[in-house]
Amino acid sequence: MAINVLHHGLATTGQDLGRPGYFHLGIPIGGAMDRYAMRAANLLVGNDEGAAGLEAVFMGPKLEFTEDALVAITGADMPPKVDGVVQPGWTAFLVKAGQVLTFDFLKTGARICIAVSGGIDVPEALGSRSTYPIGALGGFKGRPLAPGDELPVGKGSLATEGRTVPENLRRKPGTPAELRVLPGLYWHRVTEQSQASFFDDEWKVAPEADRMGYRFKGGRKLDFVDRAQPFGAGSDPSNIVDSCYPYGSIQVPGGTEPIILHRDAVSGGGYFMVGTVISADMDLIGQLQPHMPARFIKVTMDEALQARADRQALLTSLRAALI
Amino acid sequence: MSIRYTFGGDEHLFVECSEEMSLEAFFTSLSMARGVRDSGIKGVTEICPANASFQIKFNPDLIHPDDILREVKSIEGAAGKAEPVIKTRIVEIPVFYNDPWTHETLMRFRERHQDPTGTDLDYAARINDFGSVDDFIAAHSGSPWFVSMVGFVAGLPFMYQMVERQRQIQVPKYLRPRTDTPRLTVGHGGCFGCIYSVRGAGGYQMFGITPMPIFDPTQTTSYLRDFMVFFRPGDIVKFKPIDRDAYDQAVEDVDKGRFSPPIREVSFDLREFQKDIDGTNAKLEGALHGH
Repeated sequence: MAINVLHHGLATTGQDLGRPGYFHLGIPIGGAMDRYAMRAANLLVGNDEGAAGLEAVFMGPKLEFTEDALVAITGADMPPKVDGVVQPGWTAFLVKAGQVLTFDFLKTGARICIAVSGGIDVPEALGSRSTYPIGALGGFKGRPLAPGDELPVGKGSLATEGRTVPENLRRKPGTPAELRVLPGLYWHRVTEQSQASFFDDEWKVAPEADRMGYRFKGGRKLDFVDRAQPFGAGSDPSNIVDSCYPYGSIQVPGGTEPIILHRDAVSGGGYFMVGTVISADMDLIGQLQPHMPARFIKVTMDEALQARADRQALLTSLRAALI
Repeated sequence: MSIRYTFGGDEHLFVECSEEMSLEAFFTSLSMARGVRDSGIKGVTEICPANASFQIKFNPDLIHPDDILREVKSIEGAAGKAEPVIKTRIVEIPVFYNDPWTHETLMRFRERHQDPTGTDLDYAARINDFGSVDDFIAAHSGSPWFVSMVGFVAGLPFMYQMVERQRQIQVPKYLRPRTDTPRLTVGHGGCFGCIYSVRGAGGYQMFGITPMPIFDPTQTTSYLRDFMVFFRPGDIVKFKPIDRDAYDQAVEDVDKGRFSPPIREVSFDLREFQKDIDGTNAKLEGALHGH
């Protein structure tokens, strides 16, 4: 079984739950930006949660199926259509051999996950089928999809047709989006006034927002505590001796526009970081569109761990609902 | 050296050995990162050494952040008492300095540079008080470099030259980053050298190019069959200047699977090094050439 790519949308890549273990060599974890949505899509079509699906941002691809398969679309609200007939989101529906899957315009959110029964059956690279385009690694030939590609699909079952995720288990960011942040790393580099304004101000997602990082604009510039720059750090007060960057860490080059590093993060560099978005909120970032308002919410480690437990409880409910 | 611990969200512990770069800080961070690896702390999923710091990724479902902090701090004590000696390898990397490809690229992005009238080599030689570009290249290739960090993108080594601080080469990054850098460009920014593992954006000054691939996701390059990334933190690199003919020959050798970089296992003792930098470096180079 294969899927013929008739149009690739804007940027559509093969993704699973990522490739841990190689960040110390500069190869990021990758995988679906919205992990929860990818897990849900796979569960809907009867796959393992870690099977490879497709992630499409802002615009859906046009895909022709060569055999019958179940498909589920989760994440952003971008209505799928089979031969022009609209299908529900967060629900497993049948696409027959010869039919074409397309998408309506994006309504809310930013990224859809497309799961197909049997999973996208590209070879694993370093233990994952996720695409890392900079390294030409994984996914379909190490790159985003292009017209004419024939995507191999594994053997699946059609048993779960009609299965759906209850409305209360569909996770989406609010407006403004609230991203919880644990201050730390080089937090001490900015003045008390800037520490306050960072959390008080409303920010907007900038157009430069992709799988590597999300940039924000609109809040007040951060002021730095005076110091003689350490040897090797560079002359700008926002520079540090190049260090590792945690996933979710927020760097603010020049003190002006915060950038949250995401799944395809660069593994290190020379900009200071004010803190890190907690693990429970990383999925939400992947659903933010440019110009959307967002706020950073200051939390403690205990609150971060509680949020993580809450998110796991949601996942447990999702699994229970989809048996 | 006062070590600072801080959490990067609920999944990372960030350990800064020093705010400023030095071989001592690098050595402490590498030794501690290796100590954490060897201690097999429960819940640790990744350890990333950097120049003067390192980062641990952990699963807080398996170990509470307070507990991992306590365990890593206990390694700091042990690392302080351990002999400052590491076993590593030295590798010779051929470099075609002042090559036509980085030259074409630096001319294309000249308006983003501090000195649009010259080349990156001219600029770096001048601001580091070298009499000529040749003298600069002699210094760049004359003493070895520690790979102090592998990252940014896949397989890219950051390198710190094994010389006294007053002999460190320092250059600012481009005023605005380039959108293009040839693959395998040998670059420099701040006090760090690098080799661009893939083609792409970059802000480091460009000095030359190596014919030796250091990242190969297809794993067809002869010496990258076992693993697609060549460098590891702690590797020692010695650059060898080559001319166009030697470069072309090396590229052909790589393509035909005949190229293999000279590599030797060596032991590095920080105390010995601090006592006699040039003598220790000469011994390392001797080991590389089989003396």
